[in-house]
Amino acid sequence: MNGVHDMGGQQGFGPVHIEKNEPLFHAEWESRAMAVTVAMGASGQWNIDLSRSARESLPPAVYLSSSYYEIWIRALEQLMLARGMVTPAELVSGQMTHAPIKVNRVLTRETVDAALKAGSPTERAIDQPALFKVGQQVRARNMHPQGHTRLPRYVRGHVGTIVHVHGGHVFPDGHTLHATPPFNVPVEWLYTVVFNGSTLWGEHSDPTVEVTVDAWESYLEAAA
Amino acid sequence: MASHTHDHDHDHSTLSEMDIRVRALESLLTQKGYIDPAAIDRIIETYETEVGPHNGAQVVAKAWSEPDFKAWLLKDATAAIASLGFTGRQGEHMVAVENTPEQHNMVVCTLCSCYPWPILGLPPVWYKSAAYRSRAVLEPRKVLADFGVTLPESTRIRVWDSTAEVRYLVLPRRPAGTESLSQAELAQRVTRDAMIGTALA
Repeated sequence: MNGVHDMGGQQGFGPVHIEKNEPLFHAEWESRAMAVTVAMGASGQWNIDLSRSARESLPPAVYLSSSYYEIWIRALEQLMLARGMVTPAELVSGQMTHAPIKVNRVLTRETVDAALKAGSPTERAIDQPALFKVGQQVRARNMHPQGHTRLPRYVRGHVGTIVHVHGGHVFPDGHTLHATPPFNVPVEWLYTVVFNGSTLWGEHSDPTVEVTVDAWESYLEAAA
Repeated sequence: MASHTHDHDHDHSTLSEMDIRVRALESLLTQKGYIDPAAIDRIIETYETEVGPHNGAQVVAKAWSEPDFKAWLLKDATAAIASLGFTGRQGEHMVAVENTPEQHNMVVCTLCSCYPWPILGLPPVWYKSAAYRSRAVLEPRKVLADFGVTLPESTRIRVWDSTAEVRYLVLPRRPAGTESLSQAELAQRVTRDAMIGTALA
């Protein structure tokens, strides 16, 4: 989706504000919001790409005017509402009036360390050979899917060079096709592609800049 | 909601609303059995006290001190970093990129806030800000100026946009005059921002 979250190259947001001695959290609710979001991931009712999709599907004005943990909470609420895990009235009252649905897993004090240490690797075995190799020129496709994608707009249509071949990784666009488990889990080769800044930003841009993106195979086509 | 007023000495009406909203949410999810509050406490404790930029600083100091480790880090960062015990969520697939006199590296996530949690902890607000996400790929030299960093005009700047589950660690250049320092002393010199590429060491 060509959403406001796709920020690369947008203008008008002003200078980067750097807070000296920034605290890890700016309010207690931020710490609870972070941890509740992480813990609810273990429920298995969505995957990381569905949660990213929920965040970037918030109304544009809401996305732009919310702090980052606020975006997380708003998206978490939407994910749970859409799956019948909570009701709007329950979210306001904080009181359960409807029975919970069955979830895959609930993190406990005993299991949380191992879960954080393990993470959720996305590399998978892949049978077909990679189409592209390091050094090869590729063009990022000019594509504008309605759904979730991880190909930023600012590289679409431009030619770059493969600098890494990472192996097979779960393909986010397809990973969001089924909203509830069992999920669709397509696997594609993942590459890092480097672009010259002047290719992306024009002849008057800084000639010393290069930008890389990580791109799945179907985002790319051979160039020349 | 209206009956609950917060009397803070700072202007954060939005935060108060969020405070109420998140409390209600956590209470509800606990009643439903979806979360265990002790696990929530433990997740916060992990990122407040155990996982943070001091982990990444150890990786950098070791790479500065041990050529074999540096070679391993640049070849297979996931394994090299895991050998120090740093693994897991948001650091499952690591790549280390080395700053040289010819090339400076800088990391961003233009689409959200992807960041290497096991070695740097949770990202600072600026990393997640619209200003950084929009400008880092367009005018990195001007963004570096916001951080007080000026590079020679001839130095190439390569910006790594973390658009997949690969997470990037910038290996800064070792500062001059640090030849006699131990790894522990070197680690003290390594800043979080240097490992993102918005500072030099």
